[in-house]
Amino acid sequence: MFKDITIGQYVEGNSFIHKMDARVKILLSLFYIIILFLISSPVAYAVFTAFTLFLVYLSKVPPKFILRGLKPMMYILVFTAVLNLFMTQGSTVLWVCPFWSTLKITKEGLTTAVLMILRLVYLVIGTSVLTLTTSPLMLTDGIEKILKPFEIIKVPSHEIAMMMTIAIRFIPTLSEETEKIMKAQMARGADFESGNVLKRAKAMIPLLVPLFISAFRRADDLAVAMDSRCYHGGKNRTRMKQMKMTVRDLWATLFMVGFAAAVIFIQKLM
Amino acid sequence: MIDIEKLSFSYDDEETHEKKFVIKELDLYIDKGSFVAVLGHNGSGKSTLAKHLNGILLPSGGKVYIAGMDTADEKNTFSIRSTAGMVFQNPDNQIVAAVVEDEVAFAPENLGVPPEEIRRRVDECLEIVNMSEFAKSSPSRLSGGQKQRVAIAGVLAMEPECIILDEPTAMLDPKGRREVMRTIKSLNKSRGMTVVLITHYMDEAAMADRIVVMEKGSVIIDDVPKKVFSEVEKIKEIGLDVPQVTELLFRLRSMGIDMPEDIISVEECEKVILDRLKGLKND
Ligand SMILES: Nc1ncnc2c1ncn2[C@@H]1O[C@H](COP(=O)(O)OP(=O)(O)OP(=O)(O)O)[C@@H](O)[C@H]1O
Ligand SMILES: [Mg+2]
Repeated sequence: MFKDITIGQYVEGNSFIHKMDARVKILLSLFYIIILFLISSPVAYAVFTAFTLFLVYLSKVPPKFILRGLKPMMYILVFTAVLNLFMTQGSTVLWVCPFWSTLKITKEGLTTAVLMILRLVYLVIGTSVLTLTTSPLMLTDGIEKILKPFEIIKVPSHEIAMMMTIAIRFIPTLSEETEKIMKAQMARGADFESGNVLKRAKAMIPLLVPLFISAFRRADDLAVAMDSRCYHGGKNRTRMKQMKMTVRDLWATLFMVGFAAAVIFIQKLM
Repeated sequence: MIDIEKLSFSYDDEETHEKKFVIKELDLYIDKGSFVAVLGHNGSGKSTLAKHLNGILLPSGGKVYIAGMDTADEKNTFSIRSTAGMVFQNPDNQIVAAVVEDEVAFAPENLGVPPEEIRRRVDECLEIVNMSEFAKSSPSRLSGGQKQRVAIAGVLAMEPECIILDEPTAMLDPKGRREVMRTIKSLNKSRGMTVVLITHYMDEAAMADRIVVMEKGSVIIDDVPKKVFSEVEKIKEIGLDVPQVTELLFRLRSMGIDMPEDIISVEECEKVILDRLKGLKND
């Protein structure tokens, strides 16, 4: 079940985006998401789509990796689409259910549904481009550096970054373990597949309890192993891989700002 | 190198509230450059002893000195931990980073070593454990033996004088065990690293220069492997085993065939048996 998670599935490469500084990439990704939520007109979306495709092309990441990131989103996508399609009130009615007249599709509903799907899809693509082109270490280091100024309001930047590092590291280990426990419980007659939602949720208990116990034991072991290697938080810690900004990052930022201005201009205009 | 004087460690039992001793008045001195194997039953206090050697646990009584530094003195903590590196049983539970080279860099980063020097150490340590080609891999894709060698490299990156391994091969397959043991042996032989190896495998213990057997928190046997394993009956009485070859020769002896008592390696055993067979043919 964890296999579809794209975070931490860094694809090595040498593209322009790969070579960018992680901090700049993270901030620009946030910027990308903000723009995404500011626009709503079809023309602006068309430009945004072109831009997103350009980003994917620039990253040189095989599209199948990005599609893989979308797969676990399928249900959410369908759910939001259906909800928006039927629930949005509007004046131009396109279709009415012959059996139940409250169920109808309006023009407004259709546009909102399409808009929501596009937003979610681009959200995933945007963040996938970030995580697929940035090594987990650089990603967490970048977040640590970005959060550093917030330490004055007691944001534990180093701890947050370390927690993310460990989480990324343990995703495959825990997923393997989940599978193992699942098989062990199935061998004893546990049934994870049939029954209604409640029954299935109940069937998860014999899976989750051993998983939690083992996770706590792992955490304990890991803490001792980290202590043994002189870990003492972020103070006086150095990093082997230093981050540095180059002209490349300046160009990327300028390009992004230019693009944002253009898209918002189009949005206002049409 | 390691000097343990009258070490005791106790904890308060939760139910009876009495003091329970895990280690009791243990004395042990380990020379620089030696290879010591620690044997003993489950619960005999081996891991507890190991955790005293780098200050993860502090003595309830007695003293532990690592390269002359008292582990109880807080300002020594980091120098002790980087002098006496520790490798644990489960390779999955001691790896912090999602990339092999970042994992090896973890300890020197904690110690505040400058970046270029960390890079140098990482490359060197991966070379030592023969894992250079996996520098950029994810540890989760490696075999158990490879993971454990990465863990060893992660400790070597602190440039320790001594390495303590708590059952490093217990969760590995035979191939992984061989890889790890080869690495440990070469660290000791070609780099003069002091090695303390806790193990349940007798053939691993047979590779050491010295065997310490623990029982109920005390040292009950402390000798060279040949001596320790020559007393097969005594070892079995404690509930431990002897290496397979020693066992084989022991059984041959009890069948009335005259065989030497102090054979602990396959090569020696092979030679002894071949010599006997040749002797028979000539007769
Ligand atoms: N703080 C503590 N609280 C409760 N029990 C403890 C504590 N520390 C150690 N023990 C107990 O002390 C005993 C010795 O533990 P230790 O892990 O040192 O044994 P070991 O020789 O390493 O065994 P194994 O071969 O299984 O690894 C165990 O029975 C353990 O439960
Ligand atoms: Mg133990």
